[in-house]
Amino acid sequence: MAASDLHALANPLRFQRLATALTPWLLALGLGFLFVGLWQGLFVAPDDYLQGKTVRIMYVHVPAAWFASGGYLGMAIAALSARIWRHPLADLAVRAIAPVGATFAAICLVTGSIWGRPTWGTWWVWDGRLTSMLVLFLLYLGVIALTHLHEDRARGLKMAGYLAIVGTINLPIIKFSVEWWNTLHQPASIRLSGSSIHPDMLQPLLLSAVGFLLLFAAIVLVRMRTLIAEQRLEARALRRAARAG
Amino acid sequence: MAVAKPKQQRLVLALAAVAVLAAAGVIASFALQDTAAYFKAPADIAASPPAPGQTIRLGGLVKTGTVTRPGDGLELHFIVTDMKADTNVTYRGLVPDLFREGQGVIATGSFDAQGVFRAQELLAKHDEKYMPPEVAKALEKQGHPVNAS
Repeated sequence: MAASDLHALANPLRFQRLATALTPWLLALGLGFLFVGLWQGLFVAPDDYLQGKTVRIMYVHVPAAWFASGGYLGMAIAALSARIWRHPLADLAVRAIAPVGATFAAICLVTGSIWGRPTWGTWWVWDGRLTSMLVLFLLYLGVIALTHLHEDRARGLKMAGYLAIVGTINLPIIKFSVEWWNTLHQPASIRLSGSSIHPDMLQPLLLSAVGFLLLFAAIVLVRMRTLIAEQRLEARALRRAARAG
Repeated sequence: MAVAKPKQQRLVLALAAVAVLAAAGVIASFALQDTAAYFKAPADIAASPPAPGQTIRLGGLVKTGTVTRPGDGLELHFIVTDMKADTNVTYRGLVPDLFREGQGVIATGSFDAQGVFRAQELLAKHDEKYMPPEVAKALEKQGHPVNAS
C-alpha cells in the first residue's frame, strides 16, 4: 500500500498537481503560525530571569536550527532513494532542499552569533556545537556546488547525493555535541523527559517552529515545481534543436 | 526477480555503507573526547595539572559567595567549581553581563607558580533553563534557588 502510494507520487505530473494544490495552504498556514509565534515571542512572552530581552532571539534561532538539521536528514533520505530506487523526483528533492536548508543553517549561525555576544561575551567560539553547525552549513554548500556541476549533471547529482548521505554523520554530532564534550553552548532544553523552558516561553517557540516547518515545506515544493518546469523546457529546447538540425 | 536484483543489491550496499559510516562516526567521536572539549573542569585539572604558564580554558560554575574585588577593586577573585574540585581564579578586564555567582563561566588563561589561575579572557556560560524573573524569585523563596552551587 505504502509502496504503491510512493510510486504514484513518483509520477511528476501527479506530483505537480498535488504540490500545486498544497503550496498555498502550506504557505498561508506557515506565515500564520510564524506571525503568531513571533508576535507572542517578541511582545507577549516574559523576559528571562537571567538574560532579559535577549532571550527572544530564541524564537528564531531554535526553529532555524531544528529545521536546518531536519531538512538535511530529508535531503539525505532523498539522496539515498535517488541512488537505491532511482526515484525520478528524489534528485529533484535534493536540489530543491539544499539552498533552503543552507539558508536555515545561515539564519541559525547568524542569530546564534548575535545572541552569543551579549550573553556569553563572544560572537563565536570553536566549541563542539558551533563548529558542527558550521559544518552543516558547509555541507549544504558542498551539495549545492556539486548539483551545479553543469558539464555532467548526472555525475554531479550522484556526487552531491553521496556527499549528502555521508554528511548525515554530522547530525548526531550536532545533537550530542553538548553532551559528549564540554561546550560553551548549553545542553538541550527540550528532551523526551520534558522541557526546562517555562511554558509561557515554550508556547511561542513551538508555534514559531510549526511556522518555520510549514514554510520550509512550502518553499521546497515551489522549488521542486520550478525545477520540473525547467527540465521540461530544457527537454523541449533539445527536441527543437534536434528537429532543426 | 531479475529486475529487482540490482535494486536489492544497491539497497544492501547502501545499508552497509550507512552502518560503516555510523560506526566510523561513533569511533571518531570517542577518539575526540579529549581534544574536542572546549574547556577543562577543575576536577580534570586536579587529575592532571597543566604546567604553570601553559594556556588552557577552565570551565565550571562561579562558586556562590566567592567573588571578591580585593585591593584596588580592578582585579576579580573567584572560585570556579565543578562540585568535585575548586580552582582559584583572578581576572582583570571587562566582565560579560551574565557573569554571576552560581552561573557558568569559561576562563582562558594559565596557572601561576602559586597555583592560581590567571584568566586573560572570561566568557559567561548559561544553562538550559529559561524562565521569567518572577518564577526564579518564587523558586528562591521556596528554598530552591535556580542555581545552587
